[in-house]
Amino acid sequence: MDATHWYGRATLWWTFFQISINERLVYRIDFVIGTLMRFLPTLTQVFLWWAIFDAVSSAGSADSASGPDGKIAGYTFSGMIAYYLMVIISRAFSSMPGLTTGIANQVRNGEIKKFLIQPVDMIGCLLVQRVAHKLVYYLIAALPFALVFWMCGDFFVSGWPPPDVMFVFITSLLLSFLLGFYLESCIGLIAFWFLEVTSLTFIYMLLNFLLSGHMFPLELLPTKPIDLRGFVEFMPFKYLAYFPAAVFLGKVEGAEMWRGLVMEVMWVLFFILLSRWLWSRGVKRYSGFGG
Amino acid sequence: MIQPSYLNVFLTFAKNSMIRDMSFRMNFILQCISSLSWAAMNYGLFLIIYQFSDSIGRQTGWGESEFFIFLGTIWIINSLIQTFFMANATEFSEMIRTGNLDFALLKPIDTQFLISFPRVNWAQLANAFLGLAVIIFYLHQLLNDPSKKMDFSIWSVFAYVFFVFCGTVVMYSVMIILASTSIWMGRNQNLHNFWFYITNFYRYPMEIYERGIGWALWGTFTFVVPILVVSNVPARVLAQPLGGHWGLWDWTLATMSVVAAAGSLWVSRCVFRVALKSYRSASS
Repeated sequence: MDATHWYGRATLWWTFFQISINERLVYRIDFVIGTLMRFLPTLTQVFLWWAIFDAVSSAGSADSASGPDGKIAGYTFSGMIAYYLMVIISRAFSSMPGLTTGIANQVRNGEIKKFLIQPVDMIGCLLVQRVAHKLVYYLIAALPFALVFWMCGDFFVSGWPPPDVMFVFITSLLLSFLLGFYLESCIGLIAFWFLEVTSLTFIYMLLNFLLSGHMFPLELLPTKPIDLRGFVEFMPFKYLAYFPAAVFLGKVEGAEMWRGLVMEVMWVLFFILLSRWLWSRGVKRYSGFGG
Repeated sequence: MIQPSYLNVFLTFAKNSMIRDMSFRMNFILQCISSLSWAAMNYGLFLIIYQFSDSIGRQTGWGESEFFIFLGTIWIINSLIQTFFMANATEFSEMIRTGNLDFALLKPIDTQFLISFPRVNWAQLANAFLGLAVIIFYLHQLLNDPSKKMDFSIWSVFAYVFFVFCGTVVMYSVMIILASTSIWMGRNQNLHNFWFYITNFYRYPMEIYERGIGWALWGTFTFVVPILVVSNVPARVLAQPLGGHWGLWDWTLATMSVVAAAGSLWVSRCVFRVALKSYRSASS
């Protein structure tokens, strides 16, 4: 591998990156509106949890200035809402809409051939593309996000976390981007074997929704009769939503927090290697459908 | 001019859709499973919530059994909408973009009827059955609970079916209005999203909005876009312990439901007609 080789690669990826950025900027108004609308479900969640906490708090506290005083699985009312807001941040990094189906479709209709005849790595290109899309997304979504978080500042009772927690939080967000990307790529690559991965994608979505903490904080999961709470600890899903949020809110602290971060790195490495392996095996048995 | 028989046309639509669904049987089953599992997950969430709390809101009467009747009602209405209208509304938006609406306009039948019903998505009906099962189960629980004084008669069933029907009409109208806007916007890719965000508000008992700025939402979604009535009225008929001895408020809500159904249908018809006037066709 000489210097020109790497220079060639870098310019290639840079071009991909620019194309993807421009592609996204076309729909910027749609984007801002879409981002703001994203918070609407959170609004209903605020009222739903308000009512739920009302029932477990002392009478009258729900409508007082300090909010309901009850606790559910270690969460106060403000803590619960702060959790849901932070999960939106985690998901802004880890969610990869259309990645799995995109890869599967390319395999099925034969478009993937272009990566076989060109000296371009498909997963690498997709990664660059996603980075570009996400960057544009943050650029445009920053304003709506800032607005919502500023309005909801009161839910974050303990304010900003200390620097070391902040460091773990940001690192875990960046890792959750990689984890989301490689995990979904792996599912997409299974199309080499099955062609139709819609039902697989669906199962993944369901598991992700339930086990990542997107739906509710994982602390709420039952430990009896099946220890679901213990089970999710051994799954990669929790790093896609729960973990960064829990770190930020101080739900996971100290040694446990660092251990979680190491586990997340492990999962990322695991899925990088798995995607490489799936790709090399898949290409070998690929039979090139479509024209 | 010959009047088309609307019922026969609809039955043909339904039959054709059924034939189509049955020719991809595996896909049909997967679709059923997929919508059932989303519902099951929703159910799981509230099972978990009721582990921690015995009611949603203080003194609102939405205990576990009552709330699951509410949830079952939501599933039924949602599933009716998805079975009969969702695919058609999406298709309508697409027809506007591609210019295929020309063909619908040429046919000697009411255009709104023609675009509202051509595809029946039978697989989505699975959730309605699940909802029905859940309702029957929890109603049984409630009736056998001596601490709850339930009034239940055959009339409750009739009233329930009637109000579910009214609710479905309201939701259909909202959807037609949303879909009609594609005529002005050229393409309404956000239709699904819009729909998801709007229905988000009607999925919970209206009592949860009765505080702070929630009152604004409560007012908007009860009187302006009456989607809270859609789910709350039928669910209350069956589930609320007060079902038999309704107060003034319950009667107001029930009346609202009927008025909302008629009113929204009329508004949707107007919007649809006005929108059609701005239709300029597309492509060649």
